[in-house]
Amino acid sequence: MELELKGITKRFGSLVANDHIDLTVAPGQVHALLGENGAGKSTLMNVLYGLLQPDEGQILIDGRQTRFQTPKDAINTGIGMVHQHFMLVPVFTVAENVILGIEETRQFGLLERRRIQNSVREISRRYGLDVDPDALIENLPVGIQQRVEIIKALVRNAKVLILDEPTSVLTPAETEDLFRIIKELKAGGTSIIFISHKLKEVQAIADTITVLRRGQVVGQTSPSATEDQLAALMVGRDVQLVVSKDPAKPGEVVLEVDGMTVTDLDGRIWVNDVVFSVRAGEILGVAGVQGNGQTELCEALMGLRPTAAGHVSLNGQDLTHATPRQRLRAGVAYVPEDRTEDGLVGDFSVSENAVLDMYYKKPYASGINLNLSAIEKNATDRIVEFDVRTQSPDTPVGTLSGGNQQKVILARELGREHRLLIASQPTRGLDVGSIEFVHKRIVQQRDRGVAVLIVSSELDEIYALADRIAVMYEGRITGFRPPTVPVEELGRLMAGGADEEAVATGAGE
Amino acid sequence: MSEPTATVPKEESGPGDNRSFVKNTFDAVMEGNPITVTILAIITAIIVGGVLILATASGTLGARWHTAIGAYVALFEGSIFNPHTVSAMFSQASIGTAIHNGYLGAVFGPLSETCVQATPLLLAGLSVALAYQAGLFNIGGQSQFIGGAIVATYLGYGVSLPPFIHVVVCVLGGFAGGAVVGWLVGQLKAVTGAHEVIVTIMLNYVMAYLLAFLLGNVMQRPGRTDLISPIIAGNAVLPHLFGSTLRVNAGFGIALACAFGVWWLLNRTTIGFELRTVGKNQSAARVAGMSVERNWVLVMLIAGGLAGLAGSTVIQGTDFSINFQSFGTYGIDAITVALLGRGRPGGVVLAALLFGALHAGAPLMQAQTSIPVDIVEVLQALIVLFVAAPPLIRAIYRLRATRAAGVGQVMSKGWNA
Repeated sequence: MELELKGITKRFGSLVANDHIDLTVAPGQVHALLGENGAGKSTLMNVLYGLLQPDEGQILIDGRQTRFQTPKDAINTGIGMVHQHFMLVPVFTVAENVILGIEETRQFGLLERRRIQNSVREISRRYGLDVDPDALIENLPVGIQQRVEIIKALVRNAKVLILDEPTSVLTPAETEDLFRIIKELKAGGTSIIFISHKLKEVQAIADTITVLRRGQVVGQTSPSATEDQLAALMVGRDVQLVVSKDPAKPGEVVLEVDGMTVTDLDGRIWVNDVVFSVRAGEILGVAGVQGNGQTELCEALMGLRPTAAGHVSLNGQDLTHATPRQRLRAGVAYVPEDRTEDGLVGDFSVSENAVLDMYYKKPYASGINLNLSAIEKNATDRIVEFDVRTQSPDTPVGTLSGGNQQKVILARELGREHRLLIASQPTRGLDVGSIEFVHKRIVQQRDRGVAVLIVSSELDEIYALADRIAVMYEGRITGFRPPTVPVEELGRLMAGGADEEAVATGAGE
Repeated sequence: MSEPTATVPKEESGPGDNRSFVKNTFDAVMEGNPITVTILAIITAIIVGGVLILATASGTLGARWHTAIGAYVALFEGSIFNPHTVSAMFSQASIGTAIHNGYLGAVFGPLSETCVQATPLLLAGLSVALAYQAGLFNIGGQSQFIGGAIVATYLGYGVSLPPFIHVVVCVLGGFAGGAVVGWLVGQLKAVTGAHEVIVTIMLNYVMAYLLAFLLGNVMQRPGRTDLISPIIAGNAVLPHLFGSTLRVNAGFGIALACAFGVWWLLNRTTIGFELRTVGKNQSAARVAGMSVERNWVLVMLIAGGLAGLAGSTVIQGTDFSINFQSFGTYGIDAITVALLGRGRPGGVVLAALLFGALHAGAPLMQAQTSIPVDIVEVLQALIVLFVAAPPLIRAIYRLRATRAAGVGQVMSKGWNA
């Protein structure tokens, strides 16, 4: 099935979300839709899927003009969509979720269970999906849940499958699996529309790349285009994918972690006898596959989890059992891993969020009285300084884009007096332009003599920022390396390989 | 792919966590409704209430129509303003004699009665609204009301103090009595994690039976065998605000002051900033260095105190002694008032006045049209029902769900939100 969008235009009030967009998807093609957050990718796909009606333009299927009033029309025509947030009933089985809405019944209204189980098995086998039709959704990892969504579309005879930011919820291994599945689907003749803002993924999987910016198609290219070219198309200017930085000039030790062990209530060990230090003016990057204790390490350093053993000190001041507030006061700036959950209050205004851990200090408060004008002025200043795109300081922070939310957090944390910056996954989910901004600010902090600890599961980010790399595996630091270390070596350490250099260099310090 | 780019989903919080059914319902009602929906809900309830009267009254359709209109007119005259009283006043020889003979009292009587009825609803409603702002559901207005009422009553008859001071001591005692009960809830949640909804519901029973026990023993009025306390001393009675002919008393002033105080606390102080942060996002509050547990204890203490004050204004303002019926349905009414007031102090004041007016007007309505006072309860229930079902109101009046969509956007979380 060939799909063609011609001159699609969609306006929301004065905002033109899609501006005369042309797009052709050939059968058996992986067509990547690349663009920053807010470029109009999701709007376009919602138009294609019948969730929105275009103001102008046509949708052609095999050359015939078609109109989709509802998603049902789109589904019947052979278009399937896997949303970023899955539409599954957690307490139902895979098979039950797959037939939801298209239930076939036998006599007495009994469900045709057997047949659907078989067709799930059949599709699962044909595309190597490895999904058990009788498993409960709530027991399945996210990657498998996504496959259930794919099966749902395939059972409904999808010829064009729209994947909306499919990798944003996946682990690296799950991403690899997804790419293998996409190739299988492609080989079977299904077309894929792959929506993403991640350059590497798009290069890896796409046959054709269409780049959207501010609602318009700004370019169509093949995956052989370089990352820099793609990024420039996407953002509309040249982007530094790797920020330039001078060699570090490490000063005295700021953060000293000695034998730190963190356990949870069940006694499971998350961080195991970790020893490291961070000096003023250097960036220590902690690499590792997500879930190897990095999150727990950061939370323990912030006092959000108890430290079971070992010592933590900041500028010689013992903080092992300090409360989060004591640590913040001691000069720690913290950018949490999950910004919407831990870093911000979505319903609060930008102003309130910009003082979330300083509201009790002068000039924002005197006694218990809040000084609203000082809080507002702080926000106005920060919005300018950090180029936060918001309508006003009173806008709820939850309505801002991820990049702008992260800027609010950075503005707050860097605006406080601090000696140490801990940033966990600082650019997760951000688009290219925002990543550049965040990285520049982090390097700027280092150059001002702040000790910086970065935790990231993106190796690109570790290489771009770190002056020294520590690798975590199953709660232990398996080695320290300079940023010149080859990827293969880091990969080996991340998978738990023994640290051969440690003996020679003395624990890597 | 040369190098993996990883993002791992955050674990969904469990059902026992903050995204419970209760929270979703409260949030939907308190934040999903624009003010227009609330007003339309009230209008719709009045219309449906009228239809109910039409359906149940006797006589021809015309007569029924007359009854329904008469019922609402009586409700209005009994709670806000009765034109007959004004003409009666002006028919007197002079304004001076009219006032002297109590006609002015008759003019303002309905409003006064509305304020009297609204006072405990306002205080108890504030209690629920304040706790809600910190993310807690205070279903225990009743237990805290009882706690406050017991202490206020005991101090009212058990000790002898000079005028003024005695009132103040009793009011403060009422606050303390409720605060202790509220504090217990907060402390249990902070230390053991016990869910406040369960604890407050259970404490409602505990306090009701504690009251029954006390009334049968140490607090029983001498010479009585039923469950009733002695009458409080005259010095402990809340003074009338506008002379003896109008029942409105200092309790209403206390309630309004508390509404302002709660607004000020929430919006103008660091304490309120913490409470609201904890209410909206516990983990962000922790990361920002706040003690979630301490805020739970604090907010339940104040919320309990407010419900306790409601008890003290009933005892010291209108009842003057406590019996086993004194707590009425204030605990539940408080929740409806807080819901209707959308969890905000200003809204709670308006909601309490509305319900107070319904209560105040009901007796006159029954006297004039022989429609049972229970219709007022039906009206209250209908209002809350419609407020809790915004889609229904939107469908009836063909409103767009713009605000609700905005809230959904804020609440939906995703890396690319």
